[in-house]
Amino acid sequence: MVPLNHYLILSAIVFAIGVLGVLARRNLIVVLMSIELMLNAVNLTFIAFSRFLGSMEGQVAVFFVMAVAAAEAVIGLAIIISVFRHRQSLDPQEMQLLKW
Amino acid sequence: MDASNLVFFTLATLLVISSLLVVLLRNVVHCAMALVAALLIISIFYVILQAPMVGVLQVLVYAGAIMVLFLFVIMFLNPAPQQQSGVWLGFSGLLALLLGGVLTTLLTKAERAADPVASTVLFGSPEMLAKSLFGDFVLPFEIASVLLLVAIVGAVVLAKRERRS
Repeated sequence: MVPLNHYLILSAIVFAIGVLGVLARRNLIVVLMSIELMLNAVNLTFIAFSRFLGSMEGQVAVFFVMAVAAAEAVIGLAIIISVFRHRQSLDPQEMQLLKW
Repeated sequence: MDASNLVFFTLATLLVISSLLVVLLRNVVHCAMALVAALLIISIFYVILQAPMVGVLQVLVYAGAIMVLFLFVIMFLNPAPQQQSGVWLGFSGLLALLLGGVLTTLLTKAERAADPVASTVLFGSPEMLAKSLFGDFVLPFEIASVLLLVAIVGAVVLAKRERRS
C-alpha cells in the first residue's frame, strides 16, 4: 500500500507545474489548460484523503469540482473566442488596458 | 519494492512528464494531447484509490467532453504550425506502451489490500457515492445544476457574434 504522503507530494508537484504554466506561457488556451491541470492535482488530493480517511466526502467534493471545472472551461473558452475576435491575438501580455 | 510501489512510481513519473509537456511544448495541440495523457493517468490513480466512479467520470467529462471543447477552440482560432513529428510520434508510442504495460500488470496482479476500508464495505462504489450525493449533499447538487445552466447561457451570450445595428 502506497502511503498517503506519496500522493500528496505527487499532487503538489503537478500543482506546481500547473502554476508554472499559468505564469510562464503566453498563450491563453495553454493557460486555461494549466488551470485544468491544477484542478486535477487538487482532485487527486481529495481522492487520496477520501481513501485514507475512509470517508466518501472527498469523492463528492471531486464530483462538484468537476462540475465547476466544466463550467469554468466553457466560460473561459467563450471569453477566449470573444477576446480573439476583438484583438486577433491570444497573448495575455497584450491585454493591459486595465494595467495601472 | 513491491508491486504497488512500482506501479505508483511508474505512473507518477509519467504524470509528471506529461504535466511538464503540457507546460513546455510549443504547439498548442501537442499541449492538449499531453493534457489528455495526464488526465488519463490521474483517472488510473482514482481507480487505484478505490474511486472507480470518479475515475469513469474523469475519463468521460475531462478527457472526453472538456478536451474535445479545447481542441475545437484551438482549431477554430489558430491552426497549429506544421512541425516535425518524428520525436512526438516516438514519445506517444512509448507513452502508450508504458501505459498499456502498467494497466496490464495492474489488472492481472490485482491484490487485495489488507486494510479495513477495502475488505469490509463497498467503499467508493457508485452506490456509496450516490447515497452520499443525494443524501447529505442534495442542496449543493441542485446548485451545481443551476451553475451549469448559467454557464451554458453565459457561453452562448459571450461567444455570440455581435450585431452591428
